[in-house]
Amino acid sequence: MLSTAKPLRLVQTDAGVVSATVAASTVAEHKRAVTALPPRPQKMPARFASAVGRLIGSAVPSLIVVAVLLLLWEMSFSGPKSSLPSPSKIWFEAKDLILYPFFVNGTQDIGLGWRVLTSLQRVAVGFTLAAAVGVLLGCFVGQSEWATRALDPIFQVLRTVPPLAWLPISLAAFRDSAPSAIFVIFITAIWPIIINTSVGIRNIPQDYRNVAAVLNLNSFEYFRRIMVPAAAPYIFTGLRIGIGLSWLAIVAAEMLTGGVGIGFFIWDAWNSSKLSDIVVALIYIGLVGFALDRAIAAFGQVATRGTAAA
Amino acid sequence: MIAPVKPKLHTEQTSPHRRGPLLKIDHVDKSFERAGVITEVLKDVNLSIESGEYVSIIGHSGCGKSTLLNLVAGLTQVSSGAVLLEDREVNSPGPERAVVFQNHSLLPWLSVYDNVRLAVDKVFGSSKPKDERHDWTMHNLELVQMGHAKDKRPGEISGGMKQRVGIARALAMEPKVLLMDEPFGALDALTRAHLQETVMQIHTRLGNTAIMITHDVDEAVLLSDRIVMMTNGPSARIGEILHVDLPRPRNRVELAKVPAYLSAREAVLKFLYERHRFVEAVA
Repeated sequence: MLSTAKPLRLVQTDAGVVSATVAASTVAEHKRAVTALPPRPQKMPARFASAVGRLIGSAVPSLIVVAVLLLLWEMSFSGPKSSLPSPSKIWFEAKDLILYPFFVNGTQDIGLGWRVLTSLQRVAVGFTLAAAVGVLLGCFVGQSEWATRALDPIFQVLRTVPPLAWLPISLAAFRDSAPSAIFVIFITAIWPIIINTSVGIRNIPQDYRNVAAVLNLNSFEYFRRIMVPAAAPYIFTGLRIGIGLSWLAIVAAEMLTGGVGIGFFIWDAWNSSKLSDIVVALIYIGLVGFALDRAIAAFGQVATRGTAAA
Repeated sequence: MIAPVKPKLHTEQTSPHRRGPLLKIDHVDKSFERAGVITEVLKDVNLSIESGEYVSIIGHSGCGKSTLLNLVAGLTQVSSGAVLLEDREVNSPGPERAVVFQNHSLLPWLSVYDNVRLAVDKVFGSSKPKDERHDWTMHNLELVQMGHAKDKRPGEISGGMKQRVGIARALAMEPKVLLMDEPFGALDALTRAHLQETVMQIHTRLGNTAIMITHDVDEAVLLSDRIVMMTNGPSARIGEILHVDLPRPRNRVELAKVPAYLSAREAVLKFLYERHRFVEAVA
């Protein structure tokens, strides 16, 4: 996050001026609140305003960079013979895709929002399976010296197999594209989850094991009360890597298996030479992947609250 | 300062037919093997502890006093000999020998209340209804003056407060023997003194049996009925046992002038620094 000092440097923008003064007044109010209670009523709105100010402060630099890049892009590809579309051409050709994510004009003519949701649904199923199996397997591998020595090398080899390399095998096994795509997500996401969970389990301090021993916790209680919470920061690191990989894999898998997903949309657009649609889809994919990553991180932050501070 | 005594949740299950001490450490040897090299840590340790006694074990670092406590706790196994609690051999950990760990060992993802409640639920889960377990948790937190911080997490309270909660957790298990592994070792001098007072008050009220590991001579004399002095390792044994015949309640300021206190202190100091000077062990 940005420190409170940061908005002060953005005095040239209107938002910056507001947030800088607001930040200063919050500090003053905070000091006053210590000596004279109760706190003043505008404290919360002031804090909200400063948060908004900080958000604007952190968004402004990247917005400027995006604007500059768009400008460069426009200048380099606006010629009649350019191989890729310029931003203005994309806007002209794919405006409905950008403005209306949820239109339905027929079975294959639907908004990108629907396609993303279809892909997300596959990811949700595959990733949830991977998370459940991965955490359980990771706990099993982590708590047993023998299992670690036996299985860890295998996991380390399997995790380097690219997602799409699993697709032919899963197509052969399931004989259907839908479960195959889900299997590819599953098999892609599971390795970092297993490996991180088992590292987390191995790193449980002896102190917690002693507490569990003195309390005579049984295996299930130990799993629930000690193992999972103690390894939670590691587990969430694994989940975060896993969701990122799943999102990478789904697009590639859908290109090959077809259907309504965002991946197939790109393949379809390529076959009909709609380059503008592809660019819009890429932006959708990037934004959704970013949102997924942040969602898992935020969830992890809430779920592991206090775990790191011993 | 301390709330009135509430009725105990269950009565001591001491059989009237039992003869002999509550806890007996009987010819215990302990050796560790690492990379084919066997190190004998404890050699022929014998100790009997009566119900209600407060016993300190003192010795230089590395003499195996923590190992001895872990043997009683059941966290490590004896190589030969036996630890007997009420004439029954001890070889695994259990809540009737609750441990206060040196570094508090609170679970950081649970609140202060939940740390104690976990122990209460585990020990009394089948015997007591929910509201009684809540009352018992709060009672033990009040006992160590931590009721006010019940919703805080361990990361939000000071080292002394964490250790108080650790003591409350151990007491809440109603142990037959309370084991404390340098419980005040990681605390500053003032906090340590406060906590020693609290432990003394609790011991006076509840009359529980306690074994405390310490390396602090004043602490040992102030709190204990008996001080067990260990010789230097390897192959450490009990060098001497000192009875501290000072009336309770004890007051640290007044004791400073009492001859019996001073002579007890001198005896321990002489043992540790004249007859069994600490020699840095060659690893």
